[in-house]
Amino acid sequence: MLKIENLHATVNDKEILKGLSLTVKPGEVHAIMGPNGSGKSTLGHVLAGRPGYTVTAGTVEYMGQNILDMKTEERAHMGLFLAFQYPVEIPGVSNMEFLKASVDTVREQRGMEALDTVSFMKLARETCKAVDLDVSFLKRGVNEGFSGGEKKRNELLQMMMLQPSLAIMDETDSGLDIDALHVVAAGVNGMRDGERSFILITHYQRLLDYIEPDFVHVLSDGRIVKSGDKNLALELDEKGYTWIADEVA
Amino acid sequence: MTSLMSRVLDAASDAAPEWLQQRQVNGRAAWAGCELPTRKTEAWKYTSLHTLNRDFEAAEPSAATKEELGFDYPDLGGARLVFVDGFLREDLSRMELPAGIELLRFADANAAQAEQIQAHLGSVVDTSRHLFANLNDAALADGIFLQVAANADVKEPIHLVWLTTTRGVVFTVNQRLLVVAHPNSRASVIEHFDCAGNGSAFTNGITELILEEGAQLYHHRLHLEEAGAMHIGGVHARLAKDSMLNSFHLALGSELKRIDIVVNHQGPGAHCELNGIYLLGGEEHVDYHTCIEHAVPHCTSDEVFRGIIGDRASAVFNGRIHIHPDAQKTRAELHNGNLLTSANAEINTKPELEIYADDVQCAHGATVAQLDGEMMHYLRSRGIPSDEAEVMLSYGFINEVVNTIRLDALRDYLRPVLAKRLSRDASLTRHLA
Repeated sequence: MLKIENLHATVNDKEILKGLSLTVKPGEVHAIMGPNGSGKSTLGHVLAGRPGYTVTAGTVEYMGQNILDMKTEERAHMGLFLAFQYPVEIPGVSNMEFLKASVDTVREQRGMEALDTVSFMKLARETCKAVDLDVSFLKRGVNEGFSGGEKKRNELLQMMMLQPSLAIMDETDSGLDIDALHVVAAGVNGMRDGERSFILITHYQRLLDYIEPDFVHVLSDGRIVKSGDKNLALELDEKGYTWIADEVA
Repeated sequence: MTSLMSRVLDAASDAAPEWLQQRQVNGRAAWAGCELPTRKTEAWKYTSLHTLNRDFEAAEPSAATKEELGFDYPDLGGARLVFVDGFLREDLSRMELPAGIELLRFADANAAQAEQIQAHLGSVVDTSRHLFANLNDAALADGIFLQVAANADVKEPIHLVWLTTTRGVVFTVNQRLLVVAHPNSRASVIEHFDCAGNGSAFTNGITELILEEGAQLYHHRLHLEEAGAMHIGGVHARLAKDSMLNSFHLALGSELKRIDIVVNHQGPGAHCELNGIYLLGGEEHVDYHTCIEHAVPHCTSDEVFRGIIGDRASAVFNGRIHIHPDAQKTRAELHNGNLLTSANAEINTKPELEIYADDVQCAHGATVAQLDGEMMHYLRSRGIPSDEAEVMLSYGFINEVVNTIRLDALRDYLRPVLAKRLSRDASLTRHLA
């Protein structure tokens, strides 16, 4: 599914990722944890092709193809999805119009049958219900005036409608109350089907109580310094990150 | 001294009814005495008139068929009057007027009606500041007088279409509208300018809106003329006590467009909502000069204009708010936003606040921006190709202003017109409702 080897990336000429390697197989859930500034979000942005993030060395293969030369939208067409930590507000563009444009294009590119307007509306309403977002949010500007939690639900809504093959969730759990966390977990767990993969970028072990990861990685100073199973997350929760830094040193 | 258009004015003087002739003579004298503004004239600093230095002919009645005119305007529900090159085309019009509306052509006015028109005509527009109004007077042979009866609540809009054709020569069309909304009336008027073909007409249009006490008027002025069409004109409004003017403006770019909008608050409690959009590309030019005169206390005005300027086009927005010494407790807001979609596009925007009263609330601002990189990335990360994302964001930029239009049918008509203007490629606008 995804094979990252020795990835180096800079932002504003500052090297953030310093030789990151990670392999994700179909159906797997990987959690990436690590202290602030370790490069977690940068990894998500590099995978999604955000302008300003420059890859200086290494390779990223997704579905057997080098995606580093691909446009952001082409990556999305291949089923790659990034749930943003801070989704941007787009006044004037309605959520519905945006979702329709997105779903239509992605389905078209993936060779899926087009949804007529009625089926699309039905799906959008049902998905809203599943992520506990009132349908009135479909008529509002994209993320416009949404609370932090509503923005996260809106990311989840998009993910569920786009049905990606690989979803990267960048701190989707941050700032969520326990009920919202349940909604996010139910959304992700409901989409686990043995084929679809997830990368969960998170600060807290709490999310992993609800979404059980196959692997937990610790990112520190731009590299994965330790990998393990879900017990690693528990250990981190208990002891913090400093013991790993000591261990690596 | 200008001799511009003198040949056209000779032709106009023969066509006018007798009671208009003195106005013509005065207008012509004033026009001839004017110095044409140059780029050194402050109000015309960014708008060149050189394209008017051509040999204009007078308009002639056109026999073009509906198909030849590309006439495809929707039924907006009320009466519709269609003028082609300034001449009424009854075959394209629907003359039945809703109850409460009286509509009269100047040319058809009897003595009593002429007197009524004379009492109002020219009473709002200040010809010393708007010199093209002198040209309008000088060429005035016909116009429309529209009255809304006191206490009438007219639901159906009055749709006035001024269509110009394209001829092998440049020619002039003189347009004039006078609206009197009597006390406590409510009505909607749509002034709709368009051209068939590439456009070779210069339209000089003056509209005067008189809102008497408690009147509410929903006014729309659409400039859909494109390419070679030229338009210089203005809307001049006078608001009496507790009246409300909601005025929506739209201009698609063309060779030359200059629209002056002046709103005079003359009775306490008057409110004005002024919204506008301009969309330009190619080498087009649009210039909006707005001026809100707050002469009395307790009035409010809200103004938002947004423009999208692409290619090598140039736009001007000058928004003036003038609060006179007596106009205490005024609340006036003005915002102008601009989106430049090309490195060669130009906008000259200037909010001007002149405040001579101390107990007022005023806010103004102007922004010039390019498409937001983060928004672009967000849309693209969801699979939307960059060219489609650009159109979606551009449309989103003006959408809020479009939504200020209260007439559903008009909004529905304009949405695809605007989307098409943002991209000729229909696949890029397929998601814009």
